[in-house]
Amino acid sequence: MAVVSTPPTLERALPVMDNAEVLRIRNDFPVLDQVVNGHPLVYLDSGATSQNPLSVIEAEQEFYEQRNAAVHRGAHHLAVEATEVFEDARQTVADFIGAEYAETVWTSNATEGLNLLSYAFSTAGLWAAQGRGDAGLKELALKPGDEIVVTEMEHHANLIPWQELAFRTGATLRYIPVDDAGSLRMDVAAEVIGNRTRVLAFTHASNVLGTINPVTDLVGLARRAGALVVLDACQSAPHLPLDVKALDVDFAVFSGHKMLAPTGIGVLYGKQELLDILPPFLTGGSMITTVTMERAEYLPAPQRFEAGTQRISQAVALAAAANYLTETGLARIHEWEAGLGQRMVAGLESIPGIRVLGPAAGQERIGLAAFDVDGVHAHDVGQFLDSRGIAVRVGHHCAQPLHRKLGLTATTRASAYLYNTTDDVDQFLDAVAGVRAYFRA
Amino acid sequence: MSLDQLYQQIILDHSKVRHGSGLAGTDAPEGATTGQSHQLNPVCGDEVTLRVAVADGKVTQVSWDGAGCSISMASASVLSEMAEGMTVPELHQVIDSFRDVLRSRGKIAADPELLGDAAAFEGVARYAARVKCAMISWVAAEDALNQAA
Ligand SMILES: Cc1ncc(COP(=O)(O)O)c(C=O)c1O
Repeated sequence: MAVVSTPPTLERALPVMDNAEVLRIRNDFPVLDQVVNGHPLVYLDSGATSQNPLSVIEAEQEFYEQRNAAVHRGAHHLAVEATEVFEDARQTVADFIGAEYAETVWTSNATEGLNLLSYAFSTAGLWAAQGRGDAGLKELALKPGDEIVVTEMEHHANLIPWQELAFRTGATLRYIPVDDAGSLRMDVAAEVIGNRTRVLAFTHASNVLGTINPVTDLVGLARRAGALVVLDACQSAPHLPLDVKALDVDFAVFSGHKMLAPTGIGVLYGKQELLDILPPFLTGGSMITTVTMERAEYLPAPQRFEAGTQRISQAVALAAAANYLTETGLARIHEWEAGLGQRMVAGLESIPGIRVLGPAAGQERIGLAAFDVDGVHAHDVGQFLDSRGIAVRVGHHCAQPLHRKLGLTATTRASAYLYNTTDDVDQFLDAVAGVRAYFRA
Repeated sequence: MSLDQLYQQIILDHSKVRHGSGLAGTDAPEGATTGQSHQLNPVCGDEVTLRVAVADGKVTQVSWDGAGCSISMASASVLSEMAEGMTVPELHQVIDSFRDVLRSRGKIAADPELLGDAAAFEGVARYAARVKCAMISWVAAEDALNQAA
């Protein structure tokens, strides 16, 4: 059911990850080596944001020390060098997700990528109505009667831009519900996704439930309906081998800060033929061919969507992060983290008064677990864990509708990455076991 | 600062007892004027709806319903217990003092004479992320009081 593409043969030759390797990996992450509230830091909040290895920090520093300049402008030495590393970074990240160079657009984060699409779609309607742009834009324009389909497990970033697109175009927003085991109701999906569906947007892996969605099946339903597919790869690109071509999605987004890179950089992938005709979201410098006082003509992708001075050092750092992950091997990372996820769920399920959201122990999930502690609010759970140096996320994790559906307002989430050991998980479980007694629940 | 200094006994006790909770099933005393306020912390979803009843210049009842962490629930409980019987200016004074302590990042010590059990929330001031939890019912009380009196 999981869509994890086959690892390259070279990667398969490497042994599976173990704690000894993770301890070596940790040496690359200076921030992890610190004491918090009298305890060694146990960082289990990578689902929110990940930490940076030295190679990423150094890539950014090296850029500022040796090549800082605006890209695609000016003929001087530094400008040429900066442009070169910036575009090399794009190729590296394109390779990382199996995309072509021109299909890889820099954004600030996944949220911006999704808003870019939302606005590009509604502007497509305006252009088509006035006969502007490519004739194919008519196919992309949404109108009353058309439907946009999302799922009940979406992060607000992959929900609200579609709500607003529906509002602007008069289209209807529908959703695929989640069942009690934390999976999408594929039987309902087959009914909801129909010939009115124009866009299907869903997350590859849930940031709350840990579920990996059946991408191939969903893409199949969308193709049958003639709908475009937008994949939120925020929780997959950092953690498992991602091949956007093999998955055959039309668009995909993810954020650098969740995959060992700095904040402020993300990626929008789009099929070339779509990106080249979609109207731009932000307009201004660096994305035009000719400009008169009345109007402008735009470059093809990726520059079409990169108005203004770009986040150059961040792009370079994201490429360094992609290299770090590729060298470690994403199939290996995925396997290791999946093991940590299972360890979390098995451990949590054995503690009285804990309800784990999403798939039960033994069922597939990524390396995270969100849970409710009977009688103790998530804020208090988080505070208790923090007093033992354990960093987790508390709240609705930007998924209010999902929490409402589950009858909860806030939960606690532990999320692992390649630098977490089984000992981290055990310390976390040990601390959680003490929560209810402390708060007399 | 240790966890026990944040979660003082009084706070843990009140988070369970929840004095004054059950607004929905409680009528306001007859003849009193009332004010009611709903406050929500969108960050964590803490929510309080609180009603203040005033008669002859005195607070006769504080009732509330809410959902949230132990600090927010204990804070509403302490508030409702101590407010009953105070004059309107007295309650305003206590609310002002509580706010000053909570927003001081630990620089202003609580006056136990004035704040009573609410002085136990002094430690919360050092946890910037939790100040709103402690304040939510007090903000509601101030708003409700302004309507009632
Ligand atoms: C599944 C998912 N989608 C979207 C986002 C939004 O990412 P960002 O805030 O980096 O734009 C997140 C981050 O929390 C996420 O987990």
